[in-house]
Amino acid sequence: MENSITDEKIIADLLPQKFGKAGKIWVGILTVICLIGLFAYYRQLRYGLIVTAMRDYVSWGIYISNFVFFVAISLVGSLITAIFRLAGVKWGAPLTRIAEIIAVAAIIFASLIIIVDMGSPERFYNLFTHGRIQSPIIWDVIVITTYFFISILLLYYPLLPDIKILLRFKQKSGNGLHKFYNYIGSFWQGTPAQFKLSEKAINILCITIIPVAFTIHTVTSWLFATTYRPGWDSTNFGAYFIAGAFLVGSGAVVVAMYVFRKAYHLEKYITEIHFEKMGRVVVLLSLLYLYFNMNEFLTPFFKMKKSEEGYLNGLFSGDFSVVFWFAILIGIIIPVVILLFRRGRKPLPMFVVGIMVIVGAWFKRYLIVTPTLLNPFLPMHDVPASYHHYFPTWEEWAITMGSLAGALLIITILARIFPIIPIQETLTEQHEKAI
Amino acid sequence: MENNSRRDFLLTGLITAGLVSGCTPKADPFEAAARDVALPSGKKVKLLSVDGEEIEVDEAFLKPVPHMPPVSNTEARIGIPGKKFVMVIDLSRCKNLKKCQSACNHAHELNPGENWIKVDPMQDAEHTAPYWEPTTCMHCDEPPCVKVCPVDATFKRQDGIVLIDSDRCIGCRFCMAACPYSTRVFNWGEPEIAPAIASQPYSCETSVPQKKGTVGKCDFCADMTRMGELPHCVSACPNGVFAFGDINQDSVSNGAETFRFSDLIKDKGGYRLMEDLGTKPSVYYLPPVSRNFPFESGLENDKEQNK
Repeated sequence: MENSITDEKIIADLLPQKFGKAGKIWVGILTVICLIGLFAYYRQLRYGLIVTAMRDYVSWGIYISNFVFFVAISLVGSLITAIFRLAGVKWGAPLTRIAEIIAVAAIIFASLIIIVDMGSPERFYNLFTHGRIQSPIIWDVIVITTYFFISILLLYYPLLPDIKILLRFKQKSGNGLHKFYNYIGSFWQGTPAQFKLSEKAINILCITIIPVAFTIHTVTSWLFATTYRPGWDSTNFGAYFIAGAFLVGSGAVVVAMYVFRKAYHLEKYITEIHFEKMGRVVVLLSLLYLYFNMNEFLTPFFKMKKSEEGYLNGLFSGDFSVVFWFAILIGIIIPVVILLFRRGRKPLPMFVVGIMVIVGAWFKRYLIVTPTLLNPFLPMHDVPASYHHYFPTWEEWAITMGSLAGALLIITILARIFPIIPIQETLTEQHEKAI
Repeated sequence: MENNSRRDFLLTGLITAGLVSGCTPKADPFEAAARDVALPSGKKVKLLSVDGEEIEVDEAFLKPVPHMPPVSNTEARIGIPGKKFVMVIDLSRCKNLKKCQSACNHAHELNPGENWIKVDPMQDAEHTAPYWEPTTCMHCDEPPCVKVCPVDATFKRQDGIVLIDSDRCIGCRFCMAACPYSTRVFNWGEPEIAPAIASQPYSCETSVPQKKGTVGKCDFCADMTRMGELPHCVSACPNGVFAFGDINQDSVSNGAETFRFSDLIKDKGGYRLMEDLGTKPSVYYLPPVSRNFPFESGLENDKEQNK
């Protein structure tokens, strides 16, 4: 049946569409959340980080959790685009653009949120004029910048053949967008030589992005693991972070698949088979992450060193236990249980699982940062009472929500401008099938 | 009170310096107005000289000295050649008077609630005896904070002191996460400092004025040590808990007594905090044995800040 779809039909199905009523409301809500976040940031710039609930003990709060979260999500670009491609996983092809768009949006906001966390952001340039290569922060600056550019290119190169198609529909895209397409892609003629060159470039990018992706999240984990603190002083951290990152990124892709499929009626292109396969991927990644969690918590729990006692008890049965068990159950275990059943891998349950994975992962990042800081080696003493605990202020929530909304806004806008399923690739695949 | 006299002393020093430059034919290079010749007005002002003598000076000769950092940033980053500063904290003498803390806060113009020196009630295990433990920056020889700083805002000097350049700090707070002694303090908001002090150029050695969005911490009073004097906490403590000195000269002093550092450490069993981390602190502790005061005597004084 599917073989009989004509090229025209495919192109018509996959061309970017103007926002409908729901789309406009969605963009409106996201914009409002972003603006509230911007206002909160204005207050933070004016009065300083005093508007946050961070103090000398909890000196990193949800901004850093959110930063880790964004870096984690951005890793999915390398998984679905690069690892699948190099491993010859054909069914992943329609998902590559979704993954790459998510990666770009997330890495942009990872960079922004780390600037938001700075006490003196006006001195950002010091990182370049006085940078010390010995500091893991500089490593992070270098690899995140590299990853950002590779991700942009990995989004851009496969787009070129699609832009050639888009340029044929000036009427539909409107003058402004047409000019934009023309600007970024008019040089693409689609000659065999160009295809060959593009293929080569994409292959090189796919190979380079894997170590860079591993590095960005490993280095991010080292911001913690290079310190002495209980809960952070772990050799497991790099692998633990990467496993978690692939999981949350895949969760994000599943959610995006479901939403785009519904919103743009892409049932023929993002099929139940895709959900079925992604479901298996999520199970595998959940189990992998569970394994690293066991490594991370079971051995310290077994020993119960004095310096780690307060931290571990806080997670397992103390102040943070509700969030901890929520993150473990909702973010890892229940998704595995649901996805082990064939019916659990249908689109709707997959969507719910994807949301669970993302929410669980966000709180997991919160738990990575805060409980450790509330369990210093020396007692918390001779400080105001407010220094003894941490609950984010409205400004922190507003900025965090604003950054999440901003990332969603970028994803939405990119999906408005570019075809969310690669058109040319779909056509080629159809032709190959027909033969 | 100790600190007031210090400030007077500094003030006199500055004014005398101004006088000298005003009276000598060599013009002050920093101010055009320095070339103006001052005529005696007849009004006399009483001042304290550097030697502690009371002197009278004509008012017309008093002129403000341009606020220049006492040492250049480069000098402040190098430190004092040939020196290696150490501190010894005798836990058997501490009764949590917190005089060290208030002297430190005053000298560095710290905001209320910000303490570079903390006096912690410690009890290592259920059946061990509690004691008071003052903590300063440990001025580690392998400082974790310096290792992680992305912009070289916190640095280790050749005389062992770890300082912060608040004009460079970007406020990422990685150093705070890295410090196992939780010694670092952040200026979360705009510090409440008198405008005259807040407008001074920042000096790494005085750590004044503290700035919004940057990190602060104990600086071993690098300005005092440059003058060959003891840090404020050392001179403020009436019980001689703190002793400060140069390990190269093998001598430390608490103001009233001077000890041979190596003997003190040997005789009293000196140790450093968290030796296992390999940070190699410059602050040594003497164990709380044969104490001068019962632990309980310090409890009352602890209530105000730790409700």
